[in-house]
Amino acid sequence: MSLPTRDDIIDDMAFFDDWEQRYQYIIDLGKSISRIDENEKTDENVVKGCQSKVWLISNLDDGILYFKADSDAVIINGLLALVMVVFNNKTPKDILAVDIDEYFKQLDLERHITPSRGNGLKAIVAKIQAIANSYAN
Amino acid sequence: MSMSSLNIAQLRAQFPILQQQVNAKPLIYFDNAATTQKPYAVINAITDFYTQCNANVHRGAHHLSNESTTRFEHARDTVACFMHAANRKEIIWTSGTTEGINIVAHGIAKQLRPGDEVLVTQMEHHANLVTWQQACAQSGASLKIAPIDDDGTLNIDAFVALLSTNTKLVAFPHISNALGTINPIKTLTAQAKKVGALVLIDGAQGIAHAKVDVVDIGCDFYVFSAHKLFGPTGIGVLWGKESVLKNWPVWQTGGEMIANVTYETATWGELPNRLEAGTPNIAGAIGLAAAVEWFSQLDLHALQHHEHALLKHATEQAHNFDGLTIVGNAPEKVAVLSFVLQGCHSADIGFLLDQQGIAIRSGDHCAQPLMRRLTLPGTARASFSIYNTIEEVDAFFIALKKVHQMLI
Repeated sequence: MSLPTRDDIIDDMAFFDDWEQRYQYIIDLGKSISRIDENEKTDENVVKGCQSKVWLISNLDDGILYFKADSDAVIINGLLALVMVVFNNKTPKDILAVDIDEYFKQLDLERHITPSRGNGLKAIVAKIQAIANSYAN
Repeated sequence: MSMSSLNIAQLRAQFPILQQQVNAKPLIYFDNAATTQKPYAVINAITDFYTQCNANVHRGAHHLSNESTTRFEHARDTVACFMHAANRKEIIWTSGTTEGINIVAHGIAKQLRPGDEVLVTQMEHHANLVTWQQACAQSGASLKIAPIDDDGTLNIDAFVALLSTNTKLVAFPHISNALGTINPIKTLTAQAKKVGALVLIDGAQGIAHAKVDVVDIGCDFYVFSAHKLFGPTGIGVLWGKESVLKNWPVWQTGGEMIANVTYETATWGELPNRLEAGTPNIAGAIGLAAAVEWFSQLDLHALQHHEHALLKHATEQAHNFDGLTIVGNAPEKVAVLSFVLQGCHSADIGFLLDQQGIAIRSGDHCAQPLMRRLTLPGTARASFSIYNTIEEVDAFFIALKKVHQMLI
């Protein structure tokens, strides 16, 4: 199952009028991202700084960066899906041009992107940006 | 205000933060093992200090300094009395439980030799584990770990079997933060004393739930943080027996803790100053004393009874909840409900409860080795305090049902 576009998600999220619908939607989105195989869930691929376990792997092919992310917590998986929508299948240059704070603001999910221990999303975004940066020059 | 019995509504009214809404729902605060909320008595004491008499202590000969020093040293008397310390000099201000343990671990590391042993338990918070682990690593001593049974009770026989004349120090929690287990601290101390070991009790979770009489317990050190006793963060207490503390290696050096200083040498002052370098947390100490005075006016027996009723009610509800397993079933435990929900990550549970205005803790509770011992990645933990109500417990389980439906 493929992910909706950024604009679709922003429209969908604006439509919900309670937290249950919003988070059910996020949980369901999380189910649609491609999982990481168990044998690739190595310590090397763990993103540090998350309360739940998060793994991230990347692959550059013909100038395009492909990511796979996975977590043992379903809400984080949903948030990972939101992140994948704007970062996956892009050139490093395009990835670095994404204003992630603005995107989460549009989704009314800023709290997930604020720096705080136990909230891993910031760490995941930083790792994606660092990977993109390493290929950008 | 004196309370011979408990009026929960009146008690709650003294905590301004409990009146607020979170995510458009009335706040239900069940993260009391992490930190308790603060009553007006504490908030006002801190405000009064800064508005009326802020000045550095033990220094200036002026009015404000005298007033500040009086309140600050009165706070020491208040805490000494509360813990039944033999002497006010035995109360050392720290930044919290962690620093208190570090002062002792730093000192013992200088005395330990290869072949010596330090004994702790499987239920330690990292603060009462990593400190000793590092002290042992520095000195070549060995760290021994007393096991727990599956229900979260300390195995006393195994604890005793690990004691020997090699044991130089024994450290254990009064109450486990992750499981709520109340340890038989007098028995454990008596056993450790038979082999002549020093005894440190991590009182972070104990201080607000039980009477603490350090002389009666018979230990050498008892440490706690004010913020788990309705007081401010950044201040805590290391109580140590005067005979042990008076020669304890100095921790930090600098102002306040010295007697005579030349460019080349320095000699150390007397207790308690020798272990309190620099300007102390004056407002913190005053806030802590206000918390102690406030707490001491309550009927401890009634508080314990109320907390027990909350735990009993929560435990019954938990037993009837499909897929829920309580983690920590010691016969003697405080009002902590640590649990796992089949198929649900504790981080997700915590997050979706927060959406409903309910604050709990999820994760490893700063006790990773304990979680490994229990073969769990973590738990969700609801920890109750004196201002929580049965109605809140009921609301919690309704919210948890919703969470469960969303996650499975």
